[in-house]
Amino acid sequence: MTARDTDWEGVRLHVVTGKGGTGKTTVAAALALALAHGGRKVLLIEAEGRQGIARLFDRPPLPYEERRIAIGLGEASDGRDPGGDVYALAIDPEGALLDYLKMFYNMRSAGVALTKLGLVDFATTIAPGLADVLVTGKATEAARRRRPGGGYVYDSVVLDAPPTGRVGRFLNVTAEVSGLAKVGPIRAHADTVANVIKSPQTAVHFVSTLEEMPVQETLDGIAELRGIAGMQVGGIVINMARPAVLSREELKVAPDVPGMARALAAAGLHSTDMLAAALAEELAEHARHVELQDRERAELEAAGQPIYELPMIAEGIDLAALHRLAAELRDQGAA
Amino acid sequence: MNPRLDMDRIIDDRRTRIIVCCGSGGVGKTTAAAAIGLRAAERGRQVCVLTVDPARRLAQSMGLTSLDNTPRLVEGVFDAAGGSLHAMMLDMKRTFDEVVEAHADPARAAQILANPFYQSLSSSFAGTQEYMAMEKLGQLRRSDEWDLIVVDTPPSRSALDFLDAPERLGRFLDGRLIRVLASPVRAGRPFTKVLNAGLTVMTGALTKLLGAQVLRDAQTFITAFDTMFGGFRERAEATYRLLQAPGTSFLVVAAPEPDALREASYFVERLDEERMPLAGLILNRVHSSPGTKLSAARSLAAAETLEGMTGDYAVAAAALRLHAERMNLGERERRVSGAFMSAHPAVPVAEIMALPTDVHDLAGLRRIGESLALAG
Repeated sequence: MTARDTDWEGVRLHVVTGKGGTGKTTVAAALALALAHGGRKVLLIEAEGRQGIARLFDRPPLPYEERRIAIGLGEASDGRDPGGDVYALAIDPEGALLDYLKMFYNMRSAGVALTKLGLVDFATTIAPGLADVLVTGKATEAARRRRPGGGYVYDSVVLDAPPTGRVGRFLNVTAEVSGLAKVGPIRAHADTVANVIKSPQTAVHFVSTLEEMPVQETLDGIAELRGIAGMQVGGIVINMARPAVLSREELKVAPDVPGMARALAAAGLHSTDMLAAALAEELAEHARHVELQDRERAELEAAGQPIYELPMIAEGIDLAALHRLAAELRDQGAA
Repeated sequence: MNPRLDMDRIIDDRRTRIIVCCGSGGVGKTTAAAAIGLRAAERGRQVCVLTVDPARRLAQSMGLTSLDNTPRLVEGVFDAAGGSLHAMMLDMKRTFDEVVEAHADPARAAQILANPFYQSLSSSFAGTQEYMAMEKLGQLRRSDEWDLIVVDTPPSRSALDFLDAPERLGRFLDGRLIRVLASPVRAGRPFTKVLNAGLTVMTGALTKLLGAQVLRDAQTFITAFDTMFGGFRERAEATYRLLQAPGTSFLVVAAPEPDALREASYFVERLDEERMPLAGLILNRVHSSPGTKLSAARSLAAAETLEGMTGDYAVAAAALRLHAERMNLGERERRVSGAFMSAHPAVPVAEIMALPTDVHDLAGLRRIGESLALAG
């Protein structure tokens, strides 16, 4: 195992949130791959029952069960470090409730019968915080679980959490169940969960694209978490960034269309006047887009958290693309 | 080849009274709804746009600075055709409160509003926002102050939530389970033999999980709410029928990405099952290259040629690489959306090009409306 400096030394539970459409699940998966180096074992948890992880890794829907789904990113290209293992778990409130009943009351079979009667739906409806406590409870349990020998079962746990707009409530479990029994098992359970989530062992990372609304939600989300004592805000992952094709200075200059037409002719292309005009327009659009991205990036930077930037992958996300993103995250110090 | 979605025909048809924009989160639903509302207003309709969670600047562009649950007149709309645009942001808790106040006498309403269980239900139950959006839509429609209402559905986890949630909440509130389970905690009421062992175990488990207080609050709520159930259910059903009525058009909004199109696909199938009128698909943020058809491969080859030559060709080479990237992205988007279209060949489609910048004023919304109409 090689020792490397990462920005999140000591963090065992990585919570990943982001606005819908920003690629939160993709980033969570890439982070899990990046963390699974040098033989480390990482658990990637999906909290919202969408089976996004199964789709990303091209697998059939995941059951409520920890399963090995991928090999992590190795450190060396010569094969000396083949990478660790990424396990995945799709949590649904129903499974988590049964798990809880089994663990604390040894009443799993009764639980299954209760599920048929609609108990889970009922319980989570009249106590909306309950489902969240059960899901975060499962994630923290996995992060703290130990082998018989004493070491941790998982070196890291990555939780693909609900979207930014909901994440504060999702993680602030003690406040969520304050309406429930003041004492009692769920309350005690929530306190245990909160001890892990509001500790240096947990970091909450935000995924954003360089667009107005995701950036605003990210900043709002960070402010919200900073208002909850003990919660550690992690990094900001800028996803699907389009790198500038020219320097900022070059982009500021309006393209010289006749000059471009001559260049295109030199490259052996035809109808170069029309082509040059079209390409110049595309370049000008790109310049406006880069300017907008820069403005949004500056807003994110002002939040003062470490920033990682992942490129747009035009071909779509497959396992190879996930490895590429994982390598980016590792090279930038996120894992 | 799918038919083109003729947006202007839909908004110019006076029989169209409601347009529902749905789709998964992050696809530009709110912007599309606002752009359609603006275009319809400028073509002579009296329009109200009901939105749930607009981006700050988009909200400001329509003059929505506060969330006060009332339609506000949008300034700066061209009114030469005699139309107008109102817009409002939904406040779900207030809408719920209003429903309670409308259906219960003041004393009982006050009792319900103060109940802790009601408070958590009205502000955080997963289906409340969807339910209240539909409730508000029904109210706006019944008021008959507008001849076209454009509604943007809540940013749900799944596009289908908004169809299911009202029924789920209604079923829950009106459910047998909640009554039976709540009844044992009714003061002085003994368990009857009718209550089977399973139910006793269940109540026990719930008390263990939630504590007796939560069950008691739920019971108090149910008792107070009892007289309202009928009205509640009726309203939900009326709104549901409204969505099936001929004056309603559903527009599914999607970005040309696999997840968004998968949701769109589910939605199209679901609307069909529910016999709800689908007007078409808006494919938002499409990358294309209107100016030239030069392929990605030829573009890249030319860029490489230029980079290997001496001379000041850097800008041209960069423009060629940029173009190649854009063509690749457009190609992938076409592949992804092509799969959707082959599966739903009869669904009319309109594409909106990706804009280099965000929309935050009426001029931007107007441009989107134009490109939407031109695409048809």
